[in-house]
Amino acid sequence: MSTAKAIAQDVRTGTRRAAAVLEEYLGRIELHDSDIHAFNTVTAEQARAAAASIDAAVSQGRDPGPLAGVPIAFKDNMCTRGVPTTCSSRMLETWSPPYDATVVQAMTAAGAVMVGKTNLDEFAMGSSTEHSAFGPTRNPYDLTRVPGGSSGGSAAAVAAGFAPLALGSDTGGSIRQPAALCGIVGIKPTYGRVSRYGLVAFASSFDQIGPFAADVADAALALEVISGHDPGDSTSIPTAVPDYDAALGKGVEGLRVGVISELTGGGRNGSRNGGGNGNLLEGIDADIAERVLEAADALAEAGAVVGSVSVPAVTYGLTAYYLIAPAEASSNLARYDGTRYGLRIDGADVEEMNRLTRRAGFGDEVKARIMLGTFALSAGYYDAYYGKAQRVRMLTRRDFDAAYADYDVLLSPTSPCVAFRFGERSDPMTMYRCDTCTIPSNLSGDPAMSVPFGTGTDDLPVGVQVLAPALGEETMLTVAAALERAAPPLPAPQMAAGGTSGGA
Amino acid sequence: MAKVAPEWETVVGLEVHVELATDTKLFSAAPSRFGDEPNTNVTPVCLGLPGSLPVLNRRAVELAIAVGLALNCEIRPSIFHRKNYFYPDMPKDYQVSQYDQPICSDGWLDVPGANRVGIERAHLEEDAGKTTHLGGADGRIHGAVGALVDYNRAGTPLLEIVSRPDIGSAAEASAYVEELRAILLALGASDARLEEGSMRVDANISVRPAGSDELRTRCEVKNVNSLRSLRNAIDYEARRHIGLYQSGEEPIQETRHWSTDGRTHSLRSKEEADDYRYFPEPDLVPLAPDPEWISRVRAAMPALPAAQRERLGELGADLDDAQIIVNRGLASLVLDAVGAGADANRTVMHAVQNLALDGAELLDATQLASLVQMEAAGQLTATQAKTVLGVMCERAHDGNADPGAIAAELGFEAMDSSELETLVDQAIADHPEAWQKFCAGEAKVAGVFVGAVMKATRGQADGKAVNQLLAQRRDG
Repeated sequence: MSTAKAIAQDVRTGTRRAAAVLEEYLGRIELHDSDIHAFNTVTAEQARAAAASIDAAVSQGRDPGPLAGVPIAFKDNMCTRGVPTTCSSRMLETWSPPYDATVVQAMTAAGAVMVGKTNLDEFAMGSSTEHSAFGPTRNPYDLTRVPGGSSGGSAAAVAAGFAPLALGSDTGGSIRQPAALCGIVGIKPTYGRVSRYGLVAFASSFDQIGPFAADVADAALALEVISGHDPGDSTSIPTAVPDYDAALGKGVEGLRVGVISELTGGGRNGSRNGGGNGNLLEGIDADIAERVLEAADALAEAGAVVGSVSVPAVTYGLTAYYLIAPAEASSNLARYDGTRYGLRIDGADVEEMNRLTRRAGFGDEVKARIMLGTFALSAGYYDAYYGKAQRVRMLTRRDFDAAYADYDVLLSPTSPCVAFRFGERSDPMTMYRCDTCTIPSNLSGDPAMSVPFGTGTDDLPVGVQVLAPALGEETMLTVAAALERAAPPLPAPQMAAGGTSGGA
Repeated sequence: MAKVAPEWETVVGLEVHVELATDTKLFSAAPSRFGDEPNTNVTPVCLGLPGSLPVLNRRAVELAIAVGLALNCEIRPSIFHRKNYFYPDMPKDYQVSQYDQPICSDGWLDVPGANRVGIERAHLEEDAGKTTHLGGADGRIHGAVGALVDYNRAGTPLLEIVSRPDIGSAAEASAYVEELRAILLALGASDARLEEGSMRVDANISVRPAGSDELRTRCEVKNVNSLRSLRNAIDYEARRHIGLYQSGEEPIQETRHWSTDGRTHSLRSKEEADDYRYFPEPDLVPLAPDPEWISRVRAAMPALPAAQRERLGELGADLDDAQIIVNRGLASLVLDAVGAGADANRTVMHAVQNLALDGAELLDATQLASLVQMEAAGQLTATQAKTVLGVMCERAHDGNADPGAIAAELGFEAMDSSELETLVDQAIADHPEAWQKFCAGEAKVAGVFVGAVMKATRGQADGKAVNQLLAQRRDG
């Protein structure tokens, strides 16, 4: 399978036709998506038309853009004009937006070709894609296991070779954790770096769109296309977008890399603030922590200055997040009331219509979070829950600021565990702990990404998380590229190893 | 001011919502305009479509700052909150509104002929859509079989101006609203029409023993859509409270509806009030106007009503006339017309007597000045001038209101005095008995001759000139 970079290069120079590239990917989807269920919708006809116009542009001597002819999958919570945008919910099963999300426009303008909309945990609430109203997505590495979530469909699509690129959204780890579980690269950019206009909101102050790709270079390319100021999103950052590709070749010599001690059980030899080995946060697999320390060693070997650093607030992150995110969600999801769009179950009066519609339209996990959030914002409880959680958020920023005074980037596991089996984490608290390592960056708003680095239990992929200060994407990518060079090769996904993979 | 009962005094605080006169809505680029086909002035933001995000309207903020400055408020860094409640005409089922950090706070308004009223705050918020209930009595929700929602109004910028409970009577409340309205008109911040709902007043009413400074349980009265209703509702509610206290009971804190039957009716008590679960709106960033922006807004502000009344006073207008002119939003027009050479007394007279008309506020000052000059030069009679003014107002929207052209179109031409003399003599000859009576001192029969001349000229003769000629004939 080619990289997005190679496809775009070939299509722009006329070496390959976008239409031919597309058919190769559509063929794989046709063959394997019944096993994987990465997609809610495959937009084959629309994609063929788009590919044809890319080819026409090339033949007329026009440049279709940096992603010319690159197939791309969008998480099904990004608005696509005239194409169902379901959020994997009964509530929006039949809803097609009248407009494109800003990222969809940006990708289209860059020449990318949408192949479909990918499955997710309903309204992006979950860490396994098991909470989709349309059935779960399976992990291409092991079809009995989850791909992670909530952007499980996008991660599985890239891992299965259904598209070289996909976009996901990350509210508490929903890009990074599935990237780790599916053995690919996933980036959560700085909050505000990528426009949220057209992303169906889960928790507005955390939601951020980012790319999935098989390698760091493709992820950087996609990130560059979707980054930038959008006047339609008041929280988007007006800073100019750097040349991310240029960051990839830079070495890590002299870069200061801090291993977060709470999430790895402390550093080993050479730690600066070394904290022994006994303080590993509950629920983090020891061999995953071990991969992170190996990754740190690899960076040290490449010339980075590696140390261990404590970021105490990360231990409170989960609690704070599971108050603020449901609080915002309870408000963001109020609009699904049966009045204007989506599902409507008629009742005797408006209140009954609202009640019946919401009862039928939302799944249990969504209902649980709406109730949690409604409670956290209620008069008399606001200060104790929402207010206190916001103070933890401030603390998290402060602790990260302190860490970044000494380090350029930080390392931690992405996920506390490798891909787990369906139903294995049905207890909500166990499921919520999947986000332990990723949530702190959503609280701080800083960028973070997951890079594959070796395997864990049952030879399944492990992701190392690289964290950077706000707008530190370039350094983050430099380090991620170095890790990618040092990483042991991953085994091929089960579905590919089974010899069913098509062409290229 | 007449007191409702001498041993009690009324305590009123007003919450006034005004629609800001922006071209587009508070958080979207949809036109902020009324009277169009339902659900045409909408974007994904106005409909609360999934994925849509708000972007604050800069002009709405400038108007809010201008009103705040006019009300002597502090302009402070502020943020928006979400007020969560389910209602079909709320597209997102939450309203974006400023809550505990409003943009304007702690100001005051000097009400002409009354006290200084404290302004607690003025804050920005978005309006809801409009629901029409089908089948219920009076279009109200009770008994309705269905509802239609028009989202054209959803997202219209509102400024809610909250006074302190410094208003002591129905008349003062009315004067406060009039003065506030005059300020909004002068600033161009709103057209502030109570009857059409672009200005909505809710009154918080309580009573207390005369001379005390306690604040007793208040009731909030809604649906007050004229100054007259406001006065009546306050008087009614004050009497109701006094009646309760006098019979040993107490009012309960509640929201009440002013009804066409001249009474207030309970809508909901404080205990039944919703928990709005306010929290900071994460889709917007804090609004902190820098001092330079505030000074630019201040510098661009026109003269305010108090200053306009003073200027009109200098032209010789008495306080009542000045008040009328200012409250009609005509102060600049009058001042500019006088500046352009019109006679001050005549201009003030027209503004007070002949310009209670729609479109008057759109008149061009130089055109008004030339009308007054034509009248002063005897080219138009007083009656003709009034008629021409009426036409000018009708056409003011198009700017096509030149008084000379209108006078010519209506056939108003100055009558030559010999022609008028002939007509007067003819009228005397036609009514010999009346003429005898007139000469015998019965002044009121002059009407017979004036009427005859007017009839002959189809109303174009100058009545004053006819009277002068009659007197000349009698005395000469």
